[in-house]
Amino acid sequence: MSIEVKNITKRFGSFTALDNISLEIPTGELVALLGPSGCGKTTLLRIIAGMESADAGAVFFHGEEATHVHTRERQVGFVFQHYALFRHMSVFENVAFGLRVKPRAERPSEAEIRERVMKLLNLVQLDWLAERYPSQLSGGQRQRIALARALAVEPKVLLLDEPFGALDTQVRKELRRWLRRLHDEMHIASVFVTHDQEEALEVADRVVVMNKGRIEQIGTPDEVYSAPASPFVYRFLGNVNVFRNRVHGQWAEVDRAPEGARDEALAFVRPHDIEILREAVAGGLAARIQHVQAIGPLVRVEVDHRGEVFEVELTRERHEQLALQGGETVWIRPRSLRVFQGEQLLPAQHFDLGAGI
Amino acid sequence: MRHSSSRRVLPGFGLSLGYALVYLSLLVLIPLGGLVARSTQLSPDQFWDIATSSRALAAYKVSFGCALLAAVVNAVFGLIVAWVLVRYEFFGKKLVDAFVDLPFALPTAVAGITLTTLYANTGWVGRFLEPLGIKVAFTPLGIVVALIFIGIPFVVRTVQPVIEDIEAEVEEAAATLGATRWQTFTRVLFPALFPALLTGFTLAFARAVGEYGSVIFIAGNMPMVSEITPLLIISKLEQYDLPGAIVLAVVMLVISFVLLLTINLLQWWTANRHSGRHVDAGAQA
Repeated sequence: MSIEVKNITKRFGSFTALDNISLEIPTGELVALLGPSGCGKTTLLRIIAGMESADAGAVFFHGEEATHVHTRERQVGFVFQHYALFRHMSVFENVAFGLRVKPRAERPSEAEIRERVMKLLNLVQLDWLAERYPSQLSGGQRQRIALARALAVEPKVLLLDEPFGALDTQVRKELRRWLRRLHDEMHIASVFVTHDQEEALEVADRVVVMNKGRIEQIGTPDEVYSAPASPFVYRFLGNVNVFRNRVHGQWAEVDRAPEGARDEALAFVRPHDIEILREAVAGGLAARIQHVQAIGPLVRVEVDHRGEVFEVELTRERHEQLALQGGETVWIRPRSLRVFQGEQLLPAQHFDLGAGI
Repeated sequence: MRHSSSRRVLPGFGLSLGYALVYLSLLVLIPLGGLVARSTQLSPDQFWDIATSSRALAAYKVSFGCALLAAVVNAVFGLIVAWVLVRYEFFGKKLVDAFVDLPFALPTAVAGITLTTLYANTGWVGRFLEPLGIKVAFTPLGIVVALIFIGIPFVVRTVQPVIEDIEAEVEEAAATLGATRWQTFTRVLFPALFPALLTGFTLAFARAVGEYGSVIFIAGNMPMVSEITPLLIISKLEQYDLPGAIVLAVVMLVISFVLLLTINLLQWWTANRHSGRHVDAGAQA
C-alpha cells in the first residue's frame, strides 16, 4: 500500500519539528528518512503511524485519507529502536499478540495462530527461541522478534524507527541486509528512520534527507550522494572539500573570497574527485602535501592550499605513480564540482576553474 | 560455574548472612518463639477450647475479613492513585504525592479519632450517609474504612516505581498491533504491574491485620460483631488471662504466617513466570 504525506506541519511549543512536509512512497519501496538528530524524521514516522497528530496536513494510505484514523486501525507495523517487547510474554506470545487481540470474529483459531507465529519465527530464523523470554535474548535477536511481531498482523506499511540504532556494528550490518531481503519478499511500503548515512545508502531504494524539519533532497542513494541538492546534503553524506568562491558573471574563481562577502559562493568537491598532478595545468591550484595515509584500497592525502587543508583520495596505483613526499608542492584540480550560492545550486556548466594559479 | 559454590564473586557472604540471621532472630524469631513456647504450657484441649471459642472465632473473622477487604480496596484504588501520580502532570502533583505518605506518619489513634468524628452520624460525612441507611462508625464497615486509610501508602509506594518503569513505547506497540486500550491494559500493563501490586496488597493486608490503634476508636468494639482479635487479646490481658491472650496471639501468628507465605509463593511464581527464570534454570541444569 502506498503512503502519501501532504503538507504536514508539526510544532512542539515554539519549536517547529516538521515544516510543510510532502512525500510520496509507492508500494514495494523501501525508503530511508535520513538526517541528524532533531531534524524531525522520527516525528514524521510517528505521524505516519498515527502515534502523533500533525498540526496541519494530511496522511493518505493508498489514496484514502488516514489522518484521523486511530493507530490500531491503520494496519501499520512499527518497530521501535529499543524493541518495546512485552517483557512478561514469551517470544511466541509476543509474536502472537497482534493475532490474539483481534475481534473474536476475525481472530484465527489457536492452531492457525500457532502456525502463523512459527512461520514468522522461521522467517526471522529464531523459531528455536519461541519459549524464551525477551530478557534472555541478545539485542539483535530482540529486534528480529520485534519485527516478526510487527509482521504478524500483515501490515500494509512497515515503519521502523532507528531499528538498528542500539546494536553493535557487526549485528547491524547483518540485520540491514536481512531487512532488505525481507522487504523484497513482502511487497509493502517500508519506511525506516536513521541518522547513519551508510545505512541509508546501503539499504534504501530512495533516501529522504531531512534537516531542521524540512526535506533537503529526495533521491536514489546514488543521486543524493553524487548530486547533492544542497550544501547540507553534501556535508551530511560523506566527506567533502569546500572551496570558497567568488562568482564573476558566469565564471567562478576558485580562490579565497572574504568570508560572508555578498556574492560568496561555495564549491563542493568529494575527496575522490580531486586529481593530484605534478605539472601546472589550467585550472589547477598549487598545494603542499601535508600528510599521506596509505591504509586500505584508497590512499588519503592531505594538502594545504593557501592555509586551507583539503582531503584527496587516490587509488593505490595513482599513488605509486606519483610517489608523493610530504612537504613537496603539487597541483590539484577538481574533476567535478558543484557550486552553491547560499542554498541555491548554480548551474554547473557555467563554471570553470578560472585563474586559480 | 563449577567453582561457584566455593568461590563467589561477591565477597562477604558468610558475614552478611550471619548478620542477617542474628538480626532477624533477635528481633523476630526469638520473641515469636517465646510466644509459641509459652502457649505449650497449656494442654492441647485447653488450647483448642480457647482458640475456637465463639467470641474468638468472630474476632478472627472480623480481623482477617476486614483486613482482606481493605487490602483489596487499596489494591484497586492505590493502583489508580499511583497511575495518576506517574502518568499525568497536574497542578499540585508534588503535594498530592506527599499526602500519600501521611498515613505512615500519623499516629494511628489520631487517624481513628478523626475518622470516627467524620463518620459518626453527626459528622461531616456520616450525616449524609445516615439518611441512606449506611452506618460507618461503630460497625465493621468503620473498621474497613480505618484499615483502608492506614494501608493505602503501601500499595501506592510499591506500584509507583514499576509504573514509572513501563515505557510508553510498549503501549504504542500494543496499539499498532491492533489492541484496544482495554486490551492493552489487561494484557500488557496489568501483567507487568501484577507482581508489584501483589507485594503492595500483601503489605497493606499484613499491616491491616496487625492494626490496633485506629480501629478501636471507630469499631465500637461490640463482641461478636465489631471486635478485632488484637482488642480481644488486650481485654484478656486486662483480665489477667495471660494464657488466653497467648493462645489468640499464636493463632493470629499462624494464620498470618500461612497467608503471607501463600501470597509470597504466588508472587515468586508470577515473578518467575514473567522473567522466564525457570527456563534459565532448566537450561543450566
